[in-house]
Amino acid sequence: MFYREAGDFKTSYRDDGQTFPIRLDRWGYYAVLAVAFLVVPFVIDSYWANAVLVPFLIYAIAAIGLNILTGYAGQVSLGTGGFMAVGAYAVYKLMTAFPGVPIVIHIVLAGAITAVVGMLFGLPSLRIKGFYLAVATLAAQFFLVWLFNKVPWFYNYSASGQINAPERTILGWAVTGPATSASAKYLVCLVFAVVLAWVARNLTRGSVGRKWMAIRDMDIAAEIIGVNPLTAKLSAFAVSSFFVGIAGALLFAVYLGAAEASEAFGINKSFLILFMVIIGGLGSIFGSFAGAAFLVLLPVLLKNVLVAQFGWPTDLAAHIELMIVGALIVFFLIVEPHGLARLWALTKEKLRLWPFPH
Amino acid sequence: MKLKLATVALGAVMAAAPAMADLVVPNLSYRTGPYGANGTQYADGFNDYFTLLNERDGGIGGEKVRTPECETAYNTEKGVECYEATKGDGALVYNPLSTGITYQLIPKVSVDQKVLYTPGYGRTSAKNGKVFEWIFNAPANYWDGASVAIKYLLDQNGGDLNGKKIALVYHNSAYGKEPIRTLQDLSAKHGFTLTELPVDPPGQEQKSQWLQIRRDKPDYVIMWGWGVMNQAAIQEAANIRFPMENFIGVWWSGSEVDVLPVGAAAHGYKSLTFNGVGTDYPLYDDMQKYVVEPGKASQGGQFVGSSLYSRGMYAAVVIAEAIRKAQELAGTAQITAPQLRDGFEALDITPERLAEIGLPDFGPEIKMSCDNHGGSGMARLQQWDAEAKKWSLITEFTAPDQEVLDPLIVEDSEAYAKEAGISPRC
Repeated sequence: MFYREAGDFKTSYRDDGQTFPIRLDRWGYYAVLAVAFLVVPFVIDSYWANAVLVPFLIYAIAAIGLNILTGYAGQVSLGTGGFMAVGAYAVYKLMTAFPGVPIVIHIVLAGAITAVVGMLFGLPSLRIKGFYLAVATLAAQFFLVWLFNKVPWFYNYSASGQINAPERTILGWAVTGPATSASAKYLVCLVFAVVLAWVARNLTRGSVGRKWMAIRDMDIAAEIIGVNPLTAKLSAFAVSSFFVGIAGALLFAVYLGAAEASEAFGINKSFLILFMVIIGGLGSIFGSFAGAAFLVLLPVLLKNVLVAQFGWPTDLAAHIELMIVGALIVFFLIVEPHGLARLWALTKEKLRLWPFPH
Repeated sequence: MKLKLATVALGAVMAAAPAMADLVVPNLSYRTGPYGANGTQYADGFNDYFTLLNERDGGIGGEKVRTPECETAYNTEKGVECYEATKGDGALVYNPLSTGITYQLIPKVSVDQKVLYTPGYGRTSAKNGKVFEWIFNAPANYWDGASVAIKYLLDQNGGDLNGKKIALVYHNSAYGKEPIRTLQDLSAKHGFTLTELPVDPPGQEQKSQWLQIRRDKPDYVIMWGWGVMNQAAIQEAANIRFPMENFIGVWWSGSEVDVLPVGAAAHGYKSLTFNGVGTDYPLYDDMQKYVVEPGKASQGGQFVGSSLYSRGMYAAVVIAEAIRKAQELAGTAQITAPQLRDGFEALDITPERLAEIGLPDFGPEIKMSCDNHGGSGMARLQQWDAEAKKWSLITEFTAPDQEVLDPLIVEDSEAYAKEAGISPRC
């Protein structure tokens, strides 16, 4: 009734193949983009930027990256935290070595460096699959974090091994460093998130994405029909790591401003992003955003409700928060093992027929 | 769904914002996670002292002190969230009890003009007030601690450490790495060899490090640990029968929760400290009367007098004294954060003043100025008595070797000033 597609005719293949074929969806998408770009930057304050929206966008980028590798290409990875660290340390080395170059270029370059590192650690995927590959990527996680702790060159020989993001500007607006305004932080992350999500969507529905999915569904069959597993798997690792590297660079430079490898990019981060992908939905761009929203926004929301609203002690609230988030994860995975994205798709199906289901 | 969540969250935040009033000292604490056992005692002491001031004196200068608590779990991202959540509320000073969070906050507080007070942790070179305008780390910092520990060992060896082997077991993070540079310089000066043994956080797993210690047989082990790492290290030391009296922890590795699980084997373990322990101070009579007995103590007052409780309380004492000083200077009770910074810079806690508060000989004398944000750096040693289950102080307050430390502080803070584009003040 409310959500209908009657009268929404397609007269060309191009129309039929678009990302949002239903008019209502398309309008919703444009409306969200318009609000995100035209309204939010003017009303955002530093709490909303630093505690809610910036982490959400950055984790969404990382989740899209892992989703390409795990959801689309079927290669399980536990090295996401390590690859984020590569992005963070790459952008740090670049921004301190070449202060004159615009920071956006550094962030993209950091992504490219991470892509190379990701391909390197993706090589074992040509021989091993499943749990064994997960263990190989786990090795990448531990090796990379150890490397950034061990070699002082990566942190410019600072006494404590911390890296600090100096101030860098875009068109005169500070986007890294302490003087960054909330809206600048938010806009930088938003632009990266939107552009990368758009790239990911178009990669995954094109021939590259179809090759990934063929490898995921059955690699031998894919090889027989002419998909080269070497290029398909390595390109999945490269693109995925590129996204994850950009997320790591933004996490360090824009969001945190200071980081150390073992604390900010430990194994917990790898699991967090893997959970985002699983809860959001494997093989879905929307799912990456939904998963990131679930795991970033829900704890903040629960904390605000339990502590500020109900006045509970902070430790009790922190424990209850873990329990609620954990219970919700179990609940969602029982109700819909394919994640929030599938739940959303089912809701839309139901809404199309409502109130007259078959 | 994103929008829906956002609206709900917005409603929650708006409804939650309390009215502006009082002196606000947010307590970024952690009572959960691998460091929760330690963090919770510190937070209790911090809260209770302000409760005592509110109950007994009606606050400071007639203004009540509010300590809104926020759980960070020792996690930098949650720390940032807590800082952003509390800073708009008229917050004056932050004490996050985490070196990692401190590094995040140093640039932020400098822009937002809030005071960051990091007693005994954080960035050591913040002692240089010329560069770090808003950061204070009196009474002592990590490099002071390292130097005092070596001085103690010098005393034990008749002033000569030549040819001795000292191992440093450290939390492999910004916190644990802090003393390395000082210890390296001190080893060059005094001729001992230094072995560095990193332990990856959180640090339950230290078998290989202690195997190496058993093989190398160092004369002394110094530890920079925190949370669950401390008890694991003391347990491992007991397992390899390393003599406990040759094992010295920094002040963060010297609380009851660290040694009690090891039982009798921990007897004789030493640690640095810059505050007294136990309840044998006159202040605790008032604490009992105004806070614990009426049931107003944080978590029911179960840790009153413990080592970390005392340290949290000591941090609150210094902040309260700085607020008092700032009120005096500004001539108003309702001070702002910049006025509090002036109060910190003019702070002078003499032994007489400490006795007046009811804590005689509890901490070293603290005298700060525009260029010295770190006080004297004096610390002392305490030793664990496993039978009596209590710490006893074994040395007087000892001054660190400023001859080694000062050039290091100047070097590190100037590097930061250059990186961050700060021109020195004072």
